[in-house]
Amino acid sequence: MIYLIFGYFCIATVGISIVALTRKNPVHAVLGLLLLFLHIAVIYLFLNAEFLAMVQIIVYAGAILVMFLFTLFLLGAKELSSTKRYTSIFEGRVLIGVATMAVIVGAFSLIETKYKGKYTISYIQEIGNTKAVGVLLFNEYPIGVLLIGIILLIPMIAVAVLAWRKNDTS
Amino acid sequence: MIELLGLVIKTFVVFAIVLTHVAYTTYAERKIIGRAQARMGPMEVGPHGLLQPIADFIKIFFKEDIIPMNAEKLLFKIAPLVVLVFTTINLTVIPFTSDFIIADLNIGVLFILASASVAVYGVILAGWSSNSKYSFLGGIRSASQVLSYEIALGLSLAGVVLMAGSLNLREIVYAQHKTAFGIYAIPQIIGFVVFIIAAFAETNRAPFDLPEAETELVAGYLTEYSAFRYALFFLAEYIAMYVMASICTLCFLGGWTIPKFITDFLPFLEKVPGIVWFAIKVYAFIFLYIWIRATFPRYRFDQLLSIGWKVLIPAGIINIFITAFIKRFAL
Amino acid sequence: MIPLEAYLVLAGLIFSIGLINLLISRNMIILFISVEVMLAGVNLMLVAMAHYMNDIRGHVLALFSIAVTAGSVAVGLSLLVAYFNLKKSIDSEELRELRERLDG
Repeated sequence: MIYLIFGYFCIATVGISIVALTRKNPVHAVLGLLLLFLHIAVIYLFLNAEFLAMVQIIVYAGAILVMFLFTLFLLGAKELSSTKRYTSIFEGRVLIGVATMAVIVGAFSLIETKYKGKYTISYIQEIGNTKAVGVLLFNEYPIGVLLIGIILLIPMIAVAVLAWRKNDTS
Repeated sequence: MIELLGLVIKTFVVFAIVLTHVAYTTYAERKIIGRAQARMGPMEVGPHGLLQPIADFIKIFFKEDIIPMNAEKLLFKIAPLVVLVFTTINLTVIPFTSDFIIADLNIGVLFILASASVAVYGVILAGWSSNSKYSFLGGIRSASQVLSYEIALGLSLAGVVLMAGSLNLREIVYAQHKTAFGIYAIPQIIGFVVFIIAAFAETNRAPFDLPEAETELVAGYLTEYSAFRYALFFLAEYIAMYVMASICTLCFLGGWTIPKFITDFLPFLEKVPGIVWFAIKVYAFIFLYIWIRATFPRYRFDQLLSIGWKVLIPAGIINIFITAFIKRFAL
Repeated sequence: MIPLEAYLVLAGLIFSIGLINLLISRNMIILFISVEVMLAGVNLMLVAMAHYMNDIRGHVLALFSIAVTAGSVAVGLSLLVAYFNLKKSIDSEELRELRERLDG
C-alpha cells in the first residue's frame, strides 16, 4: 500500500514538473508549481519531516507563488504568453541538460550511506519533529538564524528601493 | 479496517453538523441583522421563517449554472472547489471535545495556517479565470488582504504557541486549563485582539469585506459565479467563519474546558459535557461576527492594509517579545 | 521501507527537469520557476538524507534554503518588474545591451 502511494507521488511529481514547465501561459505554470509543491510536501511526510512539510506549504504556496502571480498580473499575463517560448539553439542545450541528468541520476542511484547520526527516529518520535528541529536550530546554528534574519531584511529594503516611484505631482 | 470505518463515520458526522450549522447561521444572521435594523427578518417560510435556509438551498441548487464565454473554463470550475476543500480540511484537526477529533496532529496550528494559505488560490483563480475586471480586482484585493492578515494571524497564534509550548491544539487547551486564569485571552490580551481583527479580515467578513464590496466592485470575485458554484463559495465562507471561531475558542478561550476558579466556585458545572462549553464559545464568536456586520461601516482598502501592516503586525511582534521575555525570566 | 535511492533519483529527476528548462527557456518568469523546481529537488534530497542518516541537520539546512529562496525571489521579481517597465519585454534574449557590437 505504502509503495503504491509513494509510486503515485513519484510519478505525479515528475509528471507535474514537466507539465508545469511546458505551459505556454505563465499563470498555468505557476499553478502547476503549486501542485508540485503540495506533492513534495506529502513526500516530506513520508520522510518524517512534518514541520518542514508545513513550512514548505506556508512559505512556497503562501508567499513565493503568490508573489509570482502578482508579478504576472502586474506585467499583464496575456501579453507574456505571446513571446517566444524557447531559445534558438536549444537542441545543444537540451543535450547538455540530458547529459547532466544522466550523470546526476546515475550517481544518486549508487550512493551508499555509512554515517549514522544521533537523531534516531525513536528520539524524534519521543520529543516531536518540530521540537527536535527547533532545539537543533537554536542550539547549534544560532548565528545561522541571525544571518537568515539579515538575509530576509536586506531583500525587503532592496525591493522597497527598486519599487519606489518618485512623486511627480509636486 | 474498523478504524478506517470509524474515521469515515466521524468525518460524516462532523461534516453533517457543520453543514446544518452553516444553513442556520444564514438564518440567524438575517434575523439578528433584521433585529438590529428594527425589522423582522425572514418570516414567510415555516414558523418565524425557520425553513428559510432549506428553501434557499433548494432554490440555489436548481438555478442555471452560467459559465462566461471568455472564462478559463477549467480554472473557473476548479476555483470554488479549491476554496471549499481547503477550508473544510481544517475541520479535521479541530478537537471538539477532549476525545472527539478526526486527526490529532502534532502540528495542528501550522496545518491550519498552511491550508489557509492554499485556500487563497481559489479566490485568486476565481478572479482571474472569470476574465472580468470586477472579478479580477476583487480577486487581487482579496489575495492581498488575506495574505497580509495571515501574517498577523500567525503572529498572534505564535504567542499562544510560546505559552503552551506545543503546536498541538489539544495540548494548547490542556496547558491553558493549568494556568491561573484558565484562558489565554487574559495573559495574551494583545494577541487576542490581533487575532479577532485578523480573523475578520481572513474570512472576508464585514467590516473588511472589501473583496465583495458591492458599491465598488459589483460582487468582487463572485461577480461571474451563479447558482451552485456561488453556493460553494458561500458555504466555504461560513465554514471558514466556524473554523476561525473554533480556533479562537481553542487557543484563547479554553476550548471545551472552563477556568478552574469558576469550577471551584460552582462545582456542579464540571458535570456539564465539554461540547456544550465549546459550542457556547463558538456561538458567541459567530454572534460577534454578525453583530459587527450589523453595526460597523466598511473600511477603505488603503485603511485596511495600513491597519494590517502598521498596527496589527507590530503589535503581534511586540506581543511575541513580551511573551518570550515573561516565559524566560518571570516563570 | 522505501529505499533511499528512490528518493535520491526522484530528487535528481526534479532537479534535472528544472535545469533543462532553465537552459532552454527564454521567458524570464519561466526561468525563475525552473530555479524553484531545482531548489525543490535539492531540498528533497537534503530531507531524504536527513531521514536515512538519522541526522536532522538536513532539515535545518532545508529550512535555511527555503528562507533564502523567499528573499531571492522577492528581489528577482522586483528586478524583473523594473526591467519590464524599461524594455516592455521579459524575453531573456533581449538582455544584450552589454555585449560587444559585432558590426563594428
